[in-house]
Amino acid sequence: MADAIQGTTAPVNVSSAWQLTKYGLIGLLFFILLLAALGWITSNSAASTRSSQAVDFATNTVTLALSTEPPQLDSTRATDMVSGMLLGHTMEGLLRYGPNNELIPGMAESWDIHENGGTFHLRQDALWSNGSPVTAHDFVFAWKTALDPDTGSQYAFILFPIKNARGISEGEMDPETLGTKAIDDFTLEVELEQPTAYFLKLLAFPTYYPINESFYLSTDGGYGSEAENLIYNGPFKIVKWVHDASLRLEKNEVYWNRDATKLDAIDYAYILSDANATLNLFATNKIALAGLNSENLERALKNRWRIKQHNDGSVFFLEINHRPDRITANYNLRRALQLVHNPSELVYKVLKLPGNLPGESIFPVWLNGVDGLFRDEYPGPKYIVNEEKAREHLAMALEELGVDELPPLVLLAGDNPVSNKQSEYYQRLWKEKLGIEVKIDKQIFKLRLEKMTTGEFDIVAAGWGPDYHDVMTFGDLFASWNLNNRGRYANEEVDRHVAIAQSSSDPVERMEAMDRVQQLLHDDVAILIQYERGSVYVSDDRVKGVTRRAVGLDPDYTRAYIARDSEG
Amino acid sequence: MIRYVLWRLLQGVITVWFIATVTFFVMHNLPGDPLADDKAVSEKIRENLEAKLGLDKPVVQQYFIYMRNMVGGDFGLSFVHENRRVNEIIRDHFPVSAILGILAIVIAGFGGILWGALTALYRNRWPDIAIILLVILGISVPSFVFATVGQLALVTINNLAGFEVLPVAGWGTVAHMLIPALVLGLGTMAFLTRLMRTSMLEIVSSDFVRTAKAKGVPMAQIFSRHQLRNAVLPVVTVLGPSIAGITTGGFVVENVFGIPGLGRYFVLAVQQNDYGVIMGTTVFYGAFLVLMVILVDILYAVIDPRVRLE
Amino acid sequence: MSDLSFKPISLAADVEERSRPSLSYWQDAWIRLRANKRAFASLFVIIGMLVFACAGPLVWHIDPDAQDLDQTSKPPWGDRNALVQSYEPWAGVTSAEPQGNNLSPESLEVVGDATTTFVRLVWDPVPNSNGYRIYRQIVEPRVGDPLGLPIGDTKGATSVSFEDRLDIKPKSYWYSVVAVNEQGEEFPEAATLKVDVAFSTTIANAVERGYIEDENSVAIGDTIKVPLHPLGTDYLGRDMLSRLMEGARISLFIGIVAPFLFVIAGVIYGSFAGFIGGNFDHVLMRFADFVIALPFLLFMILFKLLFGIGPGESGILPMLVALVVLSWPGAARLVRGEILQIREEGYVEASRLLGTKTPRLILRHMIPNTMGVVLVTFTFAVPSAIFTEAFLSFIGMGVTAPTASWGSMCNDGIKTMETTPHELIFPALFISITVLAFNFLGDGLRDALDARMRYGE
Repeated sequence: MADAIQGTTAPVNVSSAWQLTKYGLIGLLFFILLLAALGWITSNSAASTRSSQAVDFATNTVTLALSTEPPQLDSTRATDMVSGMLLGHTMEGLLRYGPNNELIPGMAESWDIHENGGTFHLRQDALWSNGSPVTAHDFVFAWKTALDPDTGSQYAFILFPIKNARGISEGEMDPETLGTKAIDDFTLEVELEQPTAYFLKLLAFPTYYPINESFYLSTDGGYGSEAENLIYNGPFKIVKWVHDASLRLEKNEVYWNRDATKLDAIDYAYILSDANATLNLFATNKIALAGLNSENLERALKNRWRIKQHNDGSVFFLEINHRPDRITANYNLRRALQLVHNPSELVYKVLKLPGNLPGESIFPVWLNGVDGLFRDEYPGPKYIVNEEKAREHLAMALEELGVDELPPLVLLAGDNPVSNKQSEYYQRLWKEKLGIEVKIDKQIFKLRLEKMTTGEFDIVAAGWGPDYHDVMTFGDLFASWNLNNRGRYANEEVDRHVAIAQSSSDPVERMEAMDRVQQLLHDDVAILIQYERGSVYVSDDRVKGVTRRAVGLDPDYTRAYIARDSEG
Repeated sequence: MIRYVLWRLLQGVITVWFIATVTFFVMHNLPGDPLADDKAVSEKIRENLEAKLGLDKPVVQQYFIYMRNMVGGDFGLSFVHENRRVNEIIRDHFPVSAILGILAIVIAGFGGILWGALTALYRNRWPDIAIILLVILGISVPSFVFATVGQLALVTINNLAGFEVLPVAGWGTVAHMLIPALVLGLGTMAFLTRLMRTSMLEIVSSDFVRTAKAKGVPMAQIFSRHQLRNAVLPVVTVLGPSIAGITTGGFVVENVFGIPGLGRYFVLAVQQNDYGVIMGTTVFYGAFLVLMVILVDILYAVIDPRVRLE
Repeated sequence: MSDLSFKPISLAADVEERSRPSLSYWQDAWIRLRANKRAFASLFVIIGMLVFACAGPLVWHIDPDAQDLDQTSKPPWGDRNALVQSYEPWAGVTSAEPQGNNLSPESLEVVGDATTTFVRLVWDPVPNSNGYRIYRQIVEPRVGDPLGLPIGDTKGATSVSFEDRLDIKPKSYWYSVVAVNEQGEEFPEAATLKVDVAFSTTIANAVERGYIEDENSVAIGDTIKVPLHPLGTDYLGRDMLSRLMEGARISLFIGIVAPFLFVIAGVIYGSFAGFIGGNFDHVLMRFADFVIALPFLLFMILFKLLFGIGPGESGILPMLVALVVLSWPGAARLVRGEILQIREEGYVEASRLLGTKTPRLILRHMIPNTMGVVLVTFTFAVPSAIFTEAFLSFIGMGVTAPTASWGSMCNDGIKTMETTPHELIFPALFISITVLAFNFLGDGLRDALDARMRYGE
């Protein structure tokens, strides 16, 4: 019967096939014409990628990729890492970090600092990229703008050491009372709320960058949204910004220290979030740097690329909800979780990426202490796995809570692969070792943030990256008043030690207070530290002088240069 | 004809208005704080942000304000890409998506009709089976796999050739478009191939083909005049929504190939509660879709004389 | 043509006697389906998949959620013989102040066994160095090549040992140690050592997973057998076979039920619109356009909210509803298009004139003739529903961890496509086979249901 059907319905013959071929050819012709037309339209539009090599000797240009598009480049409102990186290349604050993470003069030539403030002497040869001089007024204007509640700057808090800054940001004080003023065009005076030992370190942060007032006003609310809506006082300037496609920096010829800038241009020719795609660009010699992840490491190894590693400065931890209505407010339960917490297993067997360090303390290993590294001087507590003791504490917790079995814990997690792996690992870990059921509440970005703020979780995976090179950038994170303390951990003793470290000028006293904080956070099981994040990347050997940092501008190409002959 | 088109356009406007209204109210009633960000902010700053974005007013009032602005062609501000207007985002990125989408749909359309006709001609013989297996592969492997594999293949080809045959990522020339458009169109092409094959087979056994055969019309003429023409109809039916689907569904391809299209904004906006962009892109795409459907309906009438435009 | 020209023939009119019993439409269709071997085999494949999903776990007892971090991403039929190790923290080795003038860390060697639990290295100190950097490579570094993956640093010239525990696989590694100076710059010469690593598991892990009875039944250095993973394990050391079984339940449910429901909805909607036509058709089709344009993700969130799905609970039901509510217009448009065409066909006209009632006309003449496109739509909706589920689960709106689905396994597998392809290939294969089976079955069904291909025609 099947044959019968075929016989009547499959009229294959040469003429039909020929007819089809004819249509196919007409289609092909049309297709080629269409391609030509579309190509012509696209190449005439702004969003076209220039096909350059990773390193171009002739134009002295390095080509790179950005992982995401910067939302905008107004320094008073920038929050993300990409914006910070771009601003660091194109703007300059009073001070900046040098190649070895030391503070070096930026817009300020010299400064006198005392307990309650300081005076900054600006260099007179500093110019904006439009030719107007950088003056003390530009700083006052930028800081006031950042503090203006109408600006809605998330980083306004970083200006709070300045006198009256907090009051102005909360709309309770007149902006004119801000403790900073321009004595003359090149002298800036700053008055502090209280002695702040790390104030100078803050000055390299983007929120402290200057903004030219008259230019700002001339953009009519669009400051920072396009390359044309910005002027620059740093080593580079943005000459072209095609949203979501590319961004090109060229050497700023009026920058005061222009001789130190060796590259003529940095071309961020691609904006790509896909890690494999970025690596493919590197593999075809299109970009000079690409990050690796645990999945594509092996490819880099097989290709014998030069792999480098650096600590990106951030610390990841499980934040526990301490609000009284949550079962995680129970100390013994938290202690039980802590006693099965094994950061090295997480790092070596689950995350599988070198460079990540098993976490021990909220203070990462690279922070400076009194003379040397903080963690060398104050090693802090260690996690020791003890399942038996963990079960004892769990039994105590059940008794205190008056239940036979624990209700499921809610682990709030993000929607990315690394977060997935981790939360599935913890879910199994706690079930296997303690018999605790865990529900993973995976949420997209904004929903997760909302739940973190309202406290709808028992445990949430979170991380913190440093803003400035001082222990305090991590130290005040779990003070009861800190809004980023999402678990609402409150411990008067912690608050007291944070206050000491904030206002004391004695380094030993400060570090000892911070040591107490790391000990208290551990003893009280405020959080469970997971790991210090490292990153592994491949980079082009011909580009030298690139600085990678835990804090501040990273990766820093301001002093990078192209080596003519690649020497291994 | 003109009256019909005008009438359809009027209907379209009503449809778009419905889309805008429903989306607006659904969006505003969902959890997720549009202003939340990594760093927590104080109450005062929050209030000011809300006032700036108009979120402090009752939702109904916000709705009327939004509608008034929309009629004036203003989609408002993006919440995430501060200082950028949604109009600018659409203006900058839609053309890219559209170009990629047009190319993808043309590839899918021609490919689908051609392969589909071929499979029907060679029904149950090896070309048919081979193409069907490829089609199955085409739909049961998700597009991100194709995008990844396609890109990897480009890397290998370029490295073997020693020069750039086709660029791996980026946007700007015809060379940048080919592979992404192919990957984007693959799923639709597979669908159209199957659809074409099915409807070809149906036509073959239909009365008018039999009549034509009986009348002694040459096979080639039957094939092109009757079979192909009639079989294309269902393909045309799905083409309208497909065009819109492909243009909006480019998220994965745009991500992997670093193409600055609107697809990324469309998907990310929902995840980031960027009300301005959600509304702007949804309404814009809604209008685009409605327009495509009207176009396809007109095309339909051109191909099929039995369908009259009432 | 006036009504008077024709009148219905009487039903009792004489019909030619047939030599065989008359078959109903459905009986006839079934016979023809059975005759189509490919379609019939496909039917069994689909039944097989359902059995695999439901009865599989009765035969294959490994817990799909059980993680064994000692054997992550293990290839199919991987080595089952594990060396027993125990892990005690290692204090490391500190040497005396270096003497001599060597530039590379000489006599690099492994301490104890090199196993997947740990590899411990020691070397001779290098004068004037300020520490060492340790590299690991999976291919032999040639002269002048980079040394591979920087896995760690030690501080000070006298700390001459390193313990590697980072995701060690049972294969050969080339470890290199190079001294670094105060500025962190590497010395020109490095020591490289090839190390063959044996697969091992710790006693504690073996007891916990039930590989051995208790701690005392084996000694360190013994070899034990770990359970077989015929399809390998995933990135957390979970058994792929049992995850595929678990995943089949989710993927087949969402992949079959959702398309089935929305295609039926589309057929009903589309045939009404097409058959009645006119302004009614216009209104219906504009409503379909409206539904297509709604942003799916937004409504998915809405349905999840309406269903009161709490944190960490499965969102499979709202997902099904969202898929059905928002996906039918595609099928509806297609069916309507077909109906518009069929409406004009001669046999429909004839049937209508013969006095056939509208419902019967639609059911008997029109819908079977749209079957071809409907089945194609259905077949293609299967994988797209499976992947929609995977995408939604990935952003936290579908099934929750640790429940697996084929789509989400594909999502995880794609990342390691080059190194451990089995994590992608198996789930993709299962999806492909299912889709292929539906495709052939759909083809067979179309032929079987096609009234024009009946016997005796």
